Amino acid sequence: MMMLIVFGASYLAYNLQALSSNPLAAYAESTEENKEFLMNRAIRELNLDVPPPLRYFIWFRGFIAGLWGQFDLGKTRDGEMVLDAIGAAIPVTFRLVIASTILAIVLGITIGMVTAIRQYSRFDYTMTFISFLLFSLPIFWVAVLLKEYMAIGFNDFLMAPQIPIGFLIAFSVVGGFIMAGIMGGDRRRFLMVFTGVTVLNAALLQYLSVTSWFVNPGIGIIGVAVFAFGFSVLVTQISTGLDNRPSLISSLAAATIVVAGYFPLQMLMNSDASFLTVVGVFAITMGLSAVVGYFASNIDRRVNIRTAMLTALLATLPVILDRFMQEFSNYMNSDAIYQRPIPTLGQANDLLTEEQRANFWINGLDSIMHLILPTVALTLVSFAGYVRFSRGSLLEVLNMDYIRTARAKGLTERTVIVRHGLRNAMLPMTTILVNDFAGVIGGAIITESIFAWKGMGSLFNQAINSYDLNLFMGVFIIGASLTVIANLVSDLLYGVVDPRIRLRK
Amino acid sequence: MATKDNSEKSVEKNENEIALRETEGMSQGQIILRRFVRHKAAMTSVIALLFIVLFSYSASGIHLGSTENKISVPGWWPYTIDQIDTEGAIQSICSNGIPGCPTLDVLPEFIDGTGMQIGAHPLGMDNLGTDYFALVVRGAEQSIMVMLIVGGLGVAIGTAIGAIAGFYGGIVDAVLMRLTDMFLVMPTLVIGAVIGFRFGNLGIVPLAVMLGLFAWMGLARFVRTEFLTLREREFVDAARVAGASDRRIIFKHILPNAIGVIIVAGTLLMSGAILTESALSYLGFGVRSPDVSLGLLISKYQDVFSVSPWLFWWPGLFIISIALCVNFIGDGLRDAFDPRQKRRISLKERLQAREMKAKA
Repeated sequence: MMMLIVFGASYLAYNLQALSSNPLAAYAESTEENKEFLMNRAIRELNLDVPPPLRYFIWFRGFIAGLWGQFDLGKTRDGEMVLDAIGAAIPVTFRLVIASTILAIVLGITIGMVTAIRQYSRFDYTMTFISFLLFSLPIFWVAVLLKEYMAIGFNDFLMAPQIPIGFLIAFSVVGGFIMAGIMGGDRRRFLMVFTGVTVLNAALLQYLSVTSWFVNPGIGIIGVAVFAFGFSVLVTQISTGLDNRPSLISSLAAATIVVAGYFPLQMLMNSDASFLTVVGVFAITMGLSAVVGYFASNIDRRVNIRTAMLTALLATLPVILDRFMQEFSNYMNSDAIYQRPIPTLGQANDLLTEEQRANFWINGLDSIMHLILPTVALTLVSFAGYVRFSRGSLLEVLNMDYIRTARAKGLTERTVIVRHGLRNAMLPMTTILVNDFAGVIGGAIITESIFAWKGMGSLFNQAINSYDLNLFMGVFIIGASLTVIANLVSDLLYGVVDPRIRLRK
Repeated sequence: MATKDNSEKSVEKNENEIALRETEGMSQGQIILRRFVRHKAAMTSVIALLFIVLFSYSASGIHLGSTENKISVPGWWPYTIDQIDTEGAIQSICSNGIPGCPTLDVLPEFIDGTGMQIGAHPLGMDNLGTDYFALVVRGAEQSIMVMLIVGGLGVAIGTAIGAIAGFYGGIVDAVLMRLTDMFLVMPTLVIGAVIGFRFGNLGIVPLAVMLGLFAWMGLARFVRTEFLTLREREFVDAARVAGASDRRIIFKHILPNAIGVIIVAGTLLMSGAILTESALSYLGFGVRSPDVSLGLLISKYQDVFSVSPWLFWWPGLFIISIALCVNFIGDGLRDAFDPRQKRRISLKERLQAREMKAKA
């Protein structure tokens, strides 16, 4: 069935593309003497004498040969194998979108849920407006602004890293407003939280500014501890409630493990580290936490282990981030960077030396720096959708009778919202999430063109502009397969998570 | 504590009574219209969008057809997009020496000392000396056209297919959904680029129609999911038991309940269409020079952002304001269509309810 869909779609796309372009147009205008010869050669090479509806099957033969292992998508017009070109491009595109997708989903769902719970509050109105605004932004427009103000502006700022007072006040006030909005409550509580967070923010920024943190960033063991225990309280509160002692204890123990492991882990994360080291670090902290969760109590072991592992996962993130930050001054002062760390274009700095490339942390930092702008741009434009959708979906669920029943039973508000509300609200989200994942290639076309990355999107641009039918079909078939698989997964998932939907009667 | 709960409950009861009394003797359509008119953001957006539409269409006139055979009605703005005013460009030189500075000045005299004025070229001129207001307004006109055509086509096709598939299920559903999947596996921008590469120079209408033919899939899936859930509900069984025909069940019982989804998805589609068109034009696959589109303007002038920023800001602001208005209208419509939607009870109504309770 899936093959049939891909077949139909690719047939349609092939003919559309064949009809919409004329690969011989360039020869018709050329003034070269041997243009007849060149034209004939092109016709022979591209089988242009066969009409497109039939020519498709020449391409399709190579594609279907994948069934017996001789996958062949033909050559590009430059003579490169399409398969090789795509193989090189996929990881690049994946790297471009993965961080922003995760960020957008997490941020979007969180804010959407909070606005639904605090419906009609100031926070709700503000976030609704902002999400509508972001939803209406063209990404290429945002990107130009980001390049101008975030990259060039921030690089200039690093020359003299003192935060201007106006920016400091504005940033603190916005932070205070967001936090106070999330906490909710009456006017007095709102003002208290608002003032507290604003002052705290301002003090923190001032501290960072005075200590030139931005030139020489780091989190340190104290920062890691603050994050770790903060995460442990947050995770426990959301997943089981702070009243659940064993759960709280295992989560706090997980945080302690991460903090205690800060110095030993530094040994592990030396300059010979690789990606596997990072995976290993996560495995160690999460594994130990799982053990602690297991022994924390005789009952509810699964819940305790889950809470502890989630805490460990979140708390390890600052440790890894801290390790990258330790290389920042090395990175920034190297010749390749010349003290302007945020680039506006490209996917990697070509000027880095072999030695620097070999160092996982510096190489990683280089990738991170190149990812900052695209990630921010992509997150900004895509997270608004999640906010709107999760808000609407949770509101709908919270109006249901079973929520009233749950409240009437005397369950805590946390249980009502998280267990009865959130879980049901997440049902329609599955479709959206899966489909968005499949839409990656479409999004990549424009993002890659703006930020000059060499991934699937730039291959596609090249294919269209040079009338390269084989390359076009290569990119297309990857995108199409992704979507087909995603749709299948979402259908299956929906049937599994929602028994009310009977696909077959 | 108990008495407080009690009094709050009766206040709520009174509030419900107010809400009921308000809608007494009104048809469903009137109730929806009333709810929509009350939605401030949506009403503001309706007015703003109408203003933008009328303003840009009347200013630049109506232009259809391809670049070769144009059908156009001139508007009231004195400059057109192929008119070059070099003298004007030299007259309005910016302080940094760039010609064609915007002459629009909204700050009154006591702030910047020049006084409010519109001037000959309020949005400035591009590097050739073409009036930028004419270009931007023309681009906005194109965007609105794309939005309407793509939205209309997408909603019509998507609703029809989604409704039939969701309601009948079985083999019909399977065939229609596989057809939808077939279209869905072609990423919009990919197909848009192919279409735009071919149809971009034929003018905006063929491009929009082609885009519309490939824009209905998401909506169809939404509608189908909604129909799948709704057809299992009791009221559909009740209607069936009462002897209602399939057509009646679809149009009278299920569709009104699914209209919120259709409207919301439809507005998302429309604002998405604007962004898709501008993205295609930005990439060079959509509207082609010498014709104008907002995306094309941005892509043309993004590199001169630091010297003449107005060339970059205005097209973007137009795209955002149109898309923003459409999104807000969609939000207002959804709230209006949703019968379960609780309206926020204002302070005034709360007081009224208390008074009523005190009298009783």
